[in-house]
Amino acid sequence: MIDFELPPMLKMVKDMAHSAARDAFRPISRKYDDLEHTMPEEIRPLGAMMAQSMGGGPPKKKDKDKDKAEKKPKVATEDVVGATMTAVVGAEEMAWGDCGLMLALPGQGLGNAAISAVSTPEQYERFGTKYASMAITEPGSGSDSGSISTTAALDGDEWVLNGEKIFVTDGERCEVVVVWATVDKSAGKAGIKSFVVEKDRPGITVTKLEHKLGIRASDTASIVFEDCRIPKDNILGSPEIKTKTEGFKGVMKTFDNTRPMVAAIATGCARAALEFTKETLEKEGYVFRYGLSKHNLNAVEKELLMMEAELEAMRLLTYRAAWMGDNARPNSLEASISKAKCGRMGSKITQRCVALLGPIGYSREMLVEKWMRDCKINDIYEGTQQIQQLVVARNILGFSSKELK
Amino acid sequence: MINFNPTEEQRQVIEMVNRFTADIIRPNARDCEENREIPDDLLAKFWELGLVANCIPEEFGGYGYERSAMTGVLMAEKMAYGDMALALAMLSPTLFAYPVLEMGTEDQKKKYLTQFCGEGFKFASLALMEPRITFDPTQIKTSAKRESNEYILKGEKSMVPYADKADLFLVIASTDQGAGVAGTQAYIIEKGAEGLTISEPEKYMGLNALPLHKVTLSNCRIPLENRLGGSAGCNYQHILNLSRIAMVAMAAGICDATKDYAVNYAKERVQFGEPIASRQAIAFMLADMAIETDAMRFLAWKAAWLADKNEDCTREAYLAKLYAGEYTSEITNNGIQVLGGHGYIREHPIELWFRNGRGIETIDGLAIV
Repeated sequence: MIDFELPPMLKMVKDMAHSAARDAFRPISRKYDDLEHTMPEEIRPLGAMMAQSMGGGPPKKKDKDKDKAEKKPKVATEDVVGATMTAVVGAEEMAWGDCGLMLALPGQGLGNAAISAVSTPEQYERFGTKYASMAITEPGSGSDSGSISTTAALDGDEWVLNGEKIFVTDGERCEVVVVWATVDKSAGKAGIKSFVVEKDRPGITVTKLEHKLGIRASDTASIVFEDCRIPKDNILGSPEIKTKTEGFKGVMKTFDNTRPMVAAIATGCARAALEFTKETLEKEGYVFRYGLSKHNLNAVEKELLMMEAELEAMRLLTYRAAWMGDNARPNSLEASISKAKCGRMGSKITQRCVALLGPIGYSREMLVEKWMRDCKINDIYEGTQQIQQLVVARNILGFSSKELK
Repeated sequence: MINFNPTEEQRQVIEMVNRFTADIIRPNARDCEENREIPDDLLAKFWELGLVANCIPEEFGGYGYERSAMTGVLMAEKMAYGDMALALAMLSPTLFAYPVLEMGTEDQKKKYLTQFCGEGFKFASLALMEPRITFDPTQIKTSAKRESNEYILKGEKSMVPYADKADLFLVIASTDQGAGVAGTQAYIIEKGAEGLTISEPEKYMGLNALPLHKVTLSNCRIPLENRLGGSAGCNYQHILNLSRIAMVAMAAGICDATKDYAVNYAKERVQFGEPIASRQAIAFMLADMAIETDAMRFLAWKAAWLADKNEDCTREAYLAKLYAGEYTSEITNNGIQVLGGHGYIREHPIELWFRNGRGIETIDGLAIV
């Protein structure tokens, strides 16, 4: 039965995340936007707490069952609410507080997601509670992540990594980095594997911290690997090179879960801006009514109401993608739909809020301008707007990446 | 708990409606539009599906299934996928039947609902809109004044579907002009009532298959018991909400149709040696169609879900319609664009969907879920 009620467990997550966002993030939002690259120590305990209460945990029997279900989708007789829904509900609230600080929460990053998803119990024991970042992008390899050139070569009992990674979120302050590297360039995408590299290994150097438009509370690092040696069993997943692109597809599949997350972050950030804008305008005497014909609305009222509608649409598209993921339905299309919609609308809503509030919106004494800068990233990372549109278009057309470039 | 799956019964309804849409609605849509009428046998075929009497209780002759705005939304979308005008026409009896079912007195239900459980298509209508630029459904100008044992209705209505054939009308009128929705009620008027004048069909840019009339009420007197809900009255906001949700569902249907048609065309149409769908400029328009169609659908679902729980969905229904109005115009416009010159030609249905879809923004009270 079609239902939009969050189960009690999720309502609790939502409330908890909201309180944390309000009490732990908002008061230090401006501080760490100004103190770019500085680790917000205040939120460390929160990260640890969250890792405990909503953290992924090691991939046990449950995940194996899930793998089976993915291969052979069963007819959904019982519909569940699982980890992805929990993540998007929590993420919207946290991002409502501050999406920069959210990204700086130790143990809550993409690297941790990857470790939770594919590590062996032994690997999880070693890395599961570490602060993990994710290194995919290279100077010459952005959206085309199949073209990465960082290499991993097996030498005895060790992998030797060489290459340069950029845009590694929390790359400086993390304890381990999940690095995408190729074990065989000639194998193309199939040769791409991910490795956990501890930051204290010789041969790993953080060379640069980016100065960014927004999400400044999280650092964004360039990391160079020069003959960086890691133990053989630091590889996530199988070292075998399987049929053509199977391995790579597995890697790409993580996007089906992370894209709705980014969509939820955009929704949360946009909601912050919209709520603030509405409250501020109401204090100035604006009244927002639900029900009048358009000719009875002024431009500000109409625009704000339309943005509320957009926000509702963003959330529903995100919930759908997450719900499908939790129920082992293929959801690449729906994940990209949510990310495409939320990425661009999040940017647009926050930009319009700045405009609607005039000098207040533009002022750094308020947070709206920061939210506008922060939100923009959601239309870029985890696949830009244009990449999402390609995914959506290919899906509905039934086209391959060769048929629609 | 969060779930995007229709129930088993709803899936059966969807399947039935999908078949009907493919076999009957879509193939006849263009002819109906050009001829400005829907042949009676098409309406009869729809009636045979029993979808209107479905949720009327057995004691009144119906099938007694649960009344559900959600099921209405699912149906309306699939029918509008075939054609919005035919969908509106076929569902028009519900404009009268559903408000009576939900808010009528026992006597009203007994008297009227039974009429919707017979064999032939039952023409009945709702007179909500009014012919002026500044029309606002929350500011109804048609007035209802009580005079001893009667209400006297006075005013002008427009876009009243099948007014010439309808036996029963629900007329929306205000008892207190300044009170907005709170001062607005629905009144039952039967065919041939004194003071009720029905004009020739109005002319609109779209929805031509559906006869829409201007209706004039000049001191039309009706007995007190003809107020919907009797002395308790009815919740007009609820009617308005259900009507808005219906339009959003139909908007999703139109946009879904546009998307599918444009996708197929763009895959087949070869220019510069490859399908035009291989070009991002085209493909991205198609992607947006998919994104916004889903968005509209879920906005309709969310509002219907609230309505089915007897919760206030005024905000959700209103915002959803605001959204659907904007995006239907954009999507159908792009639909024509994907087909280029061919999109402008009446051999293809997209120009019709573009015209019909333009109505989503303006229309209230032409369908109810």
